Amino acid sequence: MSLTSTVDGDTRVITVNVERIDAAMAIQFKEDMRSETEEGPDRVVLDLSQVTFIDSSGLGAIVASMKQLGGNRRLDLAGLTPVVDKVFRLTRMDTVFNLFTTLDDALAASPK
Amino acid sequence: MTLWRQAQSNLPGEVGTVQFNANRQGFALNFRATEMEAREGIRAVATQLRQRGLSEDRAGDVEIALAEAINNVVEHAYADIEPGQVRIRCQMRDDKLLIRISDQGRPLPDGQLPKGEPANVETDPADLPEGGFGWFLIRQLVSEIRYERRQNSNLLSLRFDLPKVS
Repeated sequence: MSLTSTVDGDTRVITVNVERIDAAMAIQFKEDMRSETEEGPDRVVLDLSQVTFIDSSGLGAIVASMKQLGGNRRLDLAGLTPVVDKVFRLTRMDTVFNLFTTLDDALAASPK
Repeated sequence: MTLWRQAQSNLPGEVGTVQFNANRQGFALNFRATEMEAREGIRAVATQLRQRGLSEDRAGDVEIALAEAINNVVEHAYADIEPGQVRIRCQMRDDKLLIRISDQGRPLPDGQLPKGEPANVETDPADLPEGGFGWFLIRQLVSEIRYERRQNSNLLSLRFDLPKVS
């Protein structure tokens, strides 16, 4: 499993435990996200602080994970490392997701 | 004297299933066009570039563009056919990095580099694109890109201008 998950108040926190979300990983990532978010809080925070590299397949898998949550739930992203941050900014996906520097920042922004 | 010239690397032979050769001016490697071997090849290039003194920031740019170019070979050039070899050659100069990627897969559509338009993100979340970012990312990150079809090979050349090291 590439992910671990906990519930903090009204937020599900999913931690990515791999260094790369790339083409070789994207399908598994999307499936793991589906099983981790099948039920539970409406807000999901994805902790990306261990991820040092992402490609467009990985980016697509995160977008797909957000879409499969449905319209009433929300996926926020935390702990983007420099390369991951760059891919989000270049593709302007930084305008689609709420990005938080750290997981603590993301949790502080959540109404408990 | 630049960092490039000072850097010496000796990693001949195999890194996993990746065949690797290096000298002072550059290095080359090849691997089979599968997702897992592509990952190892991309990582090996990024590691070499860092060891040879490329800044963390610039190495990240190169790794993103390289990954998109290689993934394109794996997913499209060799789509539905037996995955062949991908060869990456990197040459360092004082002020630039040249990366040439060759494969024996299908040519690019119309023999042309895709324009790489930005994906539309100003849309309903349900309609957000999940792909089609690759050529846009490559074009944003490289200083120059060229594509040639030579007989049965594709040759993609990427140039990255580097800040002068004094």
